[in-house]
Amino acid sequence: MDQLSDDGEATDTLALPGDGLREGVLDDLRSRIGDAIIDTHLVPNVDLWVRVRTDAWRETAVALKADGFTWFSFLSALDWMPSPYGKGEADPTAEAEEPDTEIVQGVTGGETRLQVFARLDDIDRHVGITIKADVSDDAPVVDSWSTIFAGANWHERECHEMFGIGFNGHPDLRNMYLPTEFEGFPLLKDFPLVARMVKPWPGIVDVEPMPAKDDEEGTSSS
Amino acid sequence: MTDLSDRQKLGYIASQAADARLNVELETEGMTLNIGPQHPATHGTLRIICRLDGEQVVWAEPSCGYMHRGYEKLTEVRTFPQVTTLVNRIDWLGSFANEVPFILAAEKLMEIEAPPRAQVIRTILFELSRIANVSLFLGDLGVQMGAITPVFIAFRDREYVLNLIESATGGRFHPNFDRIGGLKDDLPAGWIDETRQVMVKLREFCDIIEDLLFGNEIFQSRTRGIGIIPADIAKDYGLSGANLRASGVDYDLRRDQEIAMAWDKADFKVWTHPDGDSFARCWVRLQETRESCKIVEQLLDQIPAGPVMTKVPRIIKVPEGEAWVATENPLGVMGYYVVSKGDLGPFRVKIRTPSFNNISIVPWALKGVYVPDIITILASLYFILGDIDR
Repeated sequence: MDQLSDDGEATDTLALPGDGLREGVLDDLRSRIGDAIIDTHLVPNVDLWVRVRTDAWRETAVALKADGFTWFSFLSALDWMPSPYGKGEADPTAEAEEPDTEIVQGVTGGETRLQVFARLDDIDRHVGITIKADVSDDAPVVDSWSTIFAGANWHERECHEMFGIGFNGHPDLRNMYLPTEFEGFPLLKDFPLVARMVKPWPGIVDVEPMPAKDDEEGTSSS
Repeated sequence: MTDLSDRQKLGYIASQAADARLNVELETEGMTLNIGPQHPATHGTLRIICRLDGEQVVWAEPSCGYMHRGYEKLTEVRTFPQVTTLVNRIDWLGSFANEVPFILAAEKLMEIEAPPRAQVIRTILFELSRIANVSLFLGDLGVQMGAITPVFIAFRDREYVLNLIESATGGRFHPNFDRIGGLKDDLPAGWIDETRQVMVKLREFCDIIEDLLFGNEIFQSRTRGIGIIPADIAKDYGLSGANLRASGVDYDLRRDQEIAMAWDKADFKVWTHPDGDSFARCWVRLQETRESCKIVEQLLDQIPAGPVMTKVPRIIKVPEGEAWVATENPLGVMGYYVVSKGDLGPFRVKIRTPSFNNISIVPWALKGVYVPDIITILASLYFILGDIDR
């Protein structure tokens, strides 16, 4: 409750260069589930990413909760396939570029197109961690976190309806937003955004010269 | 029963059996109560399905999706500066606060920082949107319990704050004022003095609401000890903002993280309450409004001179990478996980909204409560529909 002393502590632990806070978190995690960690990415004083084996997804949450990461932030998925419909901001009048098909999986790498990722915070040490895991293309199923973090329940439901990822042991994977009979998974990159197909976005119109400028040029040339 | 005659015994057994049958019949006559989608207590269109046993809720489930707009998909076909227009509409009562974490995430990827003047003005506008948002909550609280007066006072006094936001940004509800690298414009002349006067009015507003509502016996009896959420359950569900602090967890991202904003320049108190009931949640919000006034007043004295915009390219391309930035928004912790592939637009944006987690506790919190308490618990959890559905 004492704001001043809390504040002092917080800045002390955060302000040091390469303070060892996130390194310590990583070491603790290694000692608990060392063989499950595939890749890590640590930016000192900024953030920490860890990619774990898919079968250790649940185990990781248990280990992190025991390490003090008790505050559940979010859980969702990433689709690393570039959109087959091109980039949304592309100029529709220009000649279409060859669509990019290379799948590159962000900061901690990966082997599959889909990844689940979640974030947990330690609210005493003021540090957060992002955990990722590959989701196989053939059987997109991971273990559910809903018995470890009750808040994951809804996030997994959302993830299931938006990405088509199943969660083993989830009590109730009904749709949250979409009608029950809805087909397809809207947040997958190959799900078309129909509104954009019907009427293409005019591109980055706002970097063209302003209309007033055009007029000035028009009057000066005439 | 030993000194009863056989006849009396039979009569007793028969009456017991009749009672049992009656009980069984009453139990099977459970009732389903729909609250919403159109209900004043739902702040938009949230439907809550309750199974009742008599007056008690045995099972409750919120049904979302009446306002799902698919912002996460839409951000993928927008350029970075265009996204602020979308995210403005997530929590529509505190719009400016929605833009800030997204802009900060983009700045983090670009490794630039807004100039100090822009950071302070950003923080002031952020706190003003918190005041606008929470003052409406404080007024609305009365309406949920049958008191009409507070909401009129709240609408009147919120207007002062909205006028300030409008005169600075040009938009009453959706400012769209934050830019990658700073702010669209500097403050208008005379704005600082005007803001000081409004802050005095808002402090008076807090006093009035405290007198009218928090001291009121009916309000207290309907909120004290109702809808108690223990700290560990709150953390499990990822509750944030006043809902978390009312359960005794001292966590406020304004104080607890290093961020390119000016909260560290102000001296303020993070209020917590040990009770975790509806009253505590409302009370923490009231105190927070006062603290916000304090922060704004302190920062008004410390606005440094200088530009409000750093040098950024005309066409903004954000370098490849991933960034997570969360801030303490009026409703709780709001964060953006931005993935960029070095293009004009983001590759993927995961939007973590506070109300989504705050409302996911409803099935747990409503179990076993009485029907009139449903409304007070929902009101005290305070959600905005756009913030749940995105």
